[in-house]
Amino acid sequence: MAELGPPVGTGPLAKREARLAWGLLFPTITAVALVVVLPLLAIFWISFKPVELGDLRAPEVVQREDIRGDDEAVGDTPNIRYRLRNSSQEQPITGVTFTDTIPEGLTVLELDDRCDLNGSALSCDLGDWEPGTRETIMIPVEVGQAYLDNGVRPQDSVAITTGTASSVLTNNQFTLENFSRIFSGDEFFEVLWVTMFYTVFGTIGALLVGLFAALLLNKSFRGQGILRGLYLFPYVAPVIAVAFAWLILFDPFSGSANALLVQMGVTSEAINFFGERPLALIMVTVFEIWRYFPLSFLFILARMQSIDSDMYEAADMDGASPFQQFWYLSVPQLLGILSVLFLLRFIWTFNKFDDIFLLTGGNAGTRTLTVNVYEQAFAVSNIGAGAAVAVVIFGCLLTFSLFFLKYISREEGL
Amino acid sequence: MMRNGYVTGAVLGALWMVVLSVTVAIAMSFATGDPFRPSILLSLLWGAAGGGAMVALGRERMVLIGVGVAVAVLVLIGIGPMLSGSEAGLFARAFGAIALGAAFAVSLAVILDEVVPGELNRHEFEAAVIRFLTGFGYIFFTAIVLIPFYVMVMTSLKNQSELIQNPLDFSIDFSKGAELFRSYDELFTQFNFGTYLFNSFFISVLTVFITLAFAIPGAYAVARLRFSGQAAFSRSILLIYMVPMIVLALPIYIAFSMTGLRNSFWGIVMIYPVTTIPVALYMLQGYFRGLPAEVEEAGLMDGLTRLAVIWKITLPLSLPALASVSLYVFMIAWNEFLLAFMLLDDPSKFTLTRGIASLNSSEIPRQHLMAGSVIATVPIMAIFLGLERFMTKGLTAGSVKG
Repeated sequence: MAELGPPVGTGPLAKREARLAWGLLFPTITAVALVVVLPLLAIFWISFKPVELGDLRAPEVVQREDIRGDDEAVGDTPNIRYRLRNSSQEQPITGVTFTDTIPEGLTVLELDDRCDLNGSALSCDLGDWEPGTRETIMIPVEVGQAYLDNGVRPQDSVAITTGTASSVLTNNQFTLENFSRIFSGDEFFEVLWVTMFYTVFGTIGALLVGLFAALLLNKSFRGQGILRGLYLFPYVAPVIAVAFAWLILFDPFSGSANALLVQMGVTSEAINFFGERPLALIMVTVFEIWRYFPLSFLFILARMQSIDSDMYEAADMDGASPFQQFWYLSVPQLLGILSVLFLLRFIWTFNKFDDIFLLTGGNAGTRTLTVNVYEQAFAVSNIGAGAAVAVVIFGCLLTFSLFFLKYISREEGL
Repeated sequence: MMRNGYVTGAVLGALWMVVLSVTVAIAMSFATGDPFRPSILLSLLWGAAGGGAMVALGRERMVLIGVGVAVAVLVLIGIGPMLSGSEAGLFARAFGAIALGAAFAVSLAVILDEVVPGELNRHEFEAAVIRFLTGFGYIFFTAIVLIPFYVMVMTSLKNQSELIQNPLDFSIDFSKGAELFRSYDELFTQFNFGTYLFNSFFISVLTVFITLAFAIPGAYAVARLRFSGQAAFSRSILLIYMVPMIVLALPIYIAFSMTGLRNSFWGIVMIYPVTTIPVALYMLQGYFRGLPAEVEEAGLMDGLTRLAVIWKITLPLSLPALASVSLYVFMIAWNEFLLAFMLLDDPSKFTLTRGIASLNSSEIPRQHLMAGSVIATVPIMAIFLGLERFMTKGLTAGSVKG
């Protein structure tokens, strides 16, 4: 008698479902792999390469073609001139060749010994080139009637050049110089300290201000919706618009904030808010708090509105004062969302680039790690060093995430 | 000691007067450009007196009117909580004085609602403090949010010499008529902002559609279908959030430079959706999980395929969520700056944010910069205010990329 029992293993239905699932996910996985995973691997690769901004263009053969001498009448003997050069002063190009078409009606009188003529097809093999090589090839030709009739000139057919050059990005030349360069000097530790200050105070500040705002709006009154919308403005507006508005508001020469402070007698001369140490760092942190408090406010408010009001009534009956209710009832309830927000905001503040870049450009002691990536890669034109900083950032993040993921998964179902 | 009614009233009154006089002075300065300034010492003094009087005499209508009038008169004769320079016009001074007096009398009466002479119980005391903090909070938040936007709009309507002459003067000279909007006119006629506006809009809308096309099937698979690796997958979506854009931007810049995609529309349209797909997928899968599976199962039983179920049952049920996600993605794409800044050099392909960045030079007057900012801010604000419900939901559900 056959054994009766539940089926074991994966049945055909389950297999089909899994196949469908992977099919639906395939586009997303491909896109993410192309734009996130691949660049991440590339960053590691580049960080060990001596790459400068200028090296991004692979060396190539640049050629120009013109006709020298008269070609107005039958029997004229002008020269077709090809001028070629290696665009790079550092990299050699191997196996340089070029091909072109000689227009109808021109008879080639003499051929350079590196070139071949097959009908009207000209092909030349110029061999290997040292960096910065220049070559000129002259081909004397005789003008025939057909040339004058057709009006096709030698320049009209584009000469095709080939040649293989090894790009720094793909050859097997590696260096540790990028890392030694960014780790050396006090600069790196200053960058690290600025990053930590900005991240920690920006995160905590935005949380506390957001909590305060949420407490204000956690009651229904007329206009509550309007205020809630209003308080989200800083987050919704484009960062570039609000950053420039802040810059103009706090401008040392014609900013309203300075004029106001002088008028109120707080200061006698204008303060350069975004140009002085350590004020600039404090200001960018304040900007970060200003711009992101709406986010924490929104989350905390959502959580507050889901707290059961019965508890507060019971606490009221027991004689708990408003501050006691806040401290002993609300805060424990909010702790979960607060810690999740802290962890997420911590990482995102750490990653923040646009804000500081727009406000100070990383000057006046506000250069964080992310701004340093840009600074190294584009201001100093050293892509390799920029990538090395990016690797450091990635390492930090990996540490944070491994640490945080353990906790996040338990809280609030995130 | 603190919980004595008189002390509470006086202290809260003094602090509240400081808050109000600073607020009114700043508001009057910004509105008229005339020198108004609060006097902290006098504010403390008169505020304490007003608070004490309200506790002692009760909050009858006559008392309130008396306090308000007293404050207004003190301000006008020049020994009140707010001082104004002689340049200020009589009307502005009178208006400021009356506003401060009225605001103080009315709002302090609310704050000191249950405060009576003699000992207060803990409840009454804390309630008064909380009402004070609440009032302060409303003023504080409204001010910090509105001032930068106010400065942005007003600066865009002025010209360079007016700005340097008196940085506080934001009053608008309506007699100039259409001349007021000169910066906007120049941006659209000479700086191609019409094109930028169109580019931004086009790229954002395309981003929304591409994102949805990728995220909807993905989110459905993660939320509904069983396959090995499902849990790991939904966890790793969060991890992708945590990769900073600047780290990705560098290799993307290199790759685009080498393939010639830099400076092209399609390069941007290829990159933007990938930055938003993980957020959208995460938001949508949360919503799909909340939908009852029975409806879909009924559909399956009736012979629909999975894809037909998604198209005919799941999507119509999740229209509100789709609206939230679309708005949120639109906002991200519209506000995106870093990639546009790094990948676009050709002025005919600029997005708005990139266009504003190009205005940031010493040769271009600042009102142009601010007018550009206003142009970029107004559409997203209009969408936000019109569809605030969806937007707020989107922001919350997105668990939010910053």
